[in-house]
Amino acid sequence: MRTVQAVAWKEIQIYFSSPTAYIVAMIFLALASFFFVRDLSNPFPQASMSSFFQGATIILILLAPTLTMRLLAEEQKLGTIELLLTSPVRDWEVILGKYIASLVFLLGTIVLTLYFVLLLVIFADPDPGPIWSGYLGLILYGAAALSVGLLTSTLTSNQIVAAVVAMGILLVLYFTDFAAGTLTGLPATIVNEIGLKSHFDDFERGVIDTKHIAYYLLLTSFFVFLSIRALESRRWR
Amino acid sequence: MVKQDSKSLMIQASGLTHYYGPYAAIEDVNFGVERGEVLGFLGPNGAGKTTTMRILTGYMPPTRGKVTLDGFDIVEQSLEVRRRVGYLPETVPLYTDMPVNSYLKYMGTLRQMPPKAIKRRISEVIDVCRLGDYRSTLIGKLSKGFRQRVGIAQAILHEPEVLVLDEPTIGIDPIQVVETRRLIQELGREQTVVLSTHILPEVSMICDRVLIISEGKIVAEDTPENLAERLKGSEQMEVEIGGPVSQVLPALRALKGVASASHQSSHGKEIYTIQANEGQDLRDEISRTVIGAGWSLLSMQTMGMSLEEIFLKLTTHEEL
Repeated sequence: MRTVQAVAWKEIQIYFSSPTAYIVAMIFLALASFFFVRDLSNPFPQASMSSFFQGATIILILLAPTLTMRLLAEEQKLGTIELLLTSPVRDWEVILGKYIASLVFLLGTIVLTLYFVLLLVIFADPDPGPIWSGYLGLILYGAAALSVGLLTSTLTSNQIVAAVVAMGILLVLYFTDFAAGTLTGLPATIVNEIGLKSHFDDFERGVIDTKHIAYYLLLTSFFVFLSIRALESRRWR
Repeated sequence: MVKQDSKSLMIQASGLTHYYGPYAAIEDVNFGVERGEVLGFLGPNGAGKTTTMRILTGYMPPTRGKVTLDGFDIVEQSLEVRRRVGYLPETVPLYTDMPVNSYLKYMGTLRQMPPKAIKRRISEVIDVCRLGDYRSTLIGKLSKGFRQRVGIAQAILHEPEVLVLDEPTIGIDPIQVVETRRLIQELGREQTVVLSTHILPEVSMICDRVLIISEGKIVAEDTPENLAERLKGSEQMEVEIGGPVSQVLPALRALKGVASASHQSSHGKEIYTIQANEGQDLRDEISRTVIGAGWSLLSMQTMGMSLEEIFLKLTTHEEL
């Protein structure tokens, strides 16, 4: 466990010492505030975070992969992967450490958006239920998005490729409800259930359904698991 | 953890074979390394040195064959093996955006060293590798030679029983090469060292024993001195003599200990190439004969076969 910690800690330090992560966080906050303001500036302003959450899910598709793209791709490019894989560290410890680091950074960024909540509380009387459930959903959603990025970063030494492929996968998962619309019956249900977005909407409405929590946790563990396998498979290639 | 046979060799490899797709990088390689020995793998690029090193360090498993290190199987007990090995890959693996001491601390933690030991060892290896002035410099700002030192520092940090160095002196300037070799020699006194190189003088300087590897196979194995001896065969000389060729050549051939002599003129110089029988020093004899006959001895040069030539011979032609 100490090694997981060491890997995570090193990555977190790199996040905080590199401009990329700050830029990503900044863009996230700027765009998020854009969406936040939308609810307030229409003719019938609502004290809700609903637009913010909707917007954040789209922004995360683009930004989560930029947080994760470096994680293993860079190790492969620099050759430091050789050090990691010849240290007495298990592959899952490496992957888990890296994943935790990206999650911590994302959580940090999301925590900063609590500023919006603060504004609402000061100037209005928002319903706290959907806000907290929305945040729970956003964190789960973000965790899943990061795990997809983690996998693509494990598979290539090119950071750009890692990021773009992850964005592609996330977009497909995001827009499955479009595809589901053209289908009927069981296939429609399946395609819809796979989708990232369809599981998020309930959180935003203030509904915490274990089904949705299980979906995100399962998706996340699936991609983290695949990443571990992908790293292991490097040894056999 | 069951050690298999602790008293035997430090590293024992048998039938080591590795395929990249259909291409065999190494094939049926067998060798053993004794405790405290410095073993050199010598071979041209693409001979399979790096592949062998990567297998030894547990980076990848062999397609076939078995390696034990300190009695631990390299595939089955990979973590135990990795705990005992310090490794400097060919491309020095460094996080360029970390300062030297954080990098070393990170490597120490990955090797599961206790925090106190990490602190102690970092200051030790910084001394040994003479990195004192650069401990808080970003690695990305260091020159190639210093990066190499950082690479060695991380490899010896956890006091591994076996040190595996892949081309440790490649791409650094000559002064640093000398320093690096001295460092390796020092380390070799206490640790088992396996290194690879394609530079011949390097092995004779550092290694107790050399394995010459070519096209994935070991073609020779010996001490550097013996290898030179084994291949010496006969000694060659080049002599420039002023005098009539028709008389000089037979006179040279008539000398005792001369196996063969041939003549060629180049740029108006009469050059004789003389092949001596093994272990014979003909310089005295030749000079006396030439002077005695009234010719002039203009130059004389022994062309003892260098390790470099041996190497060429070994890897380009024959098998021993």
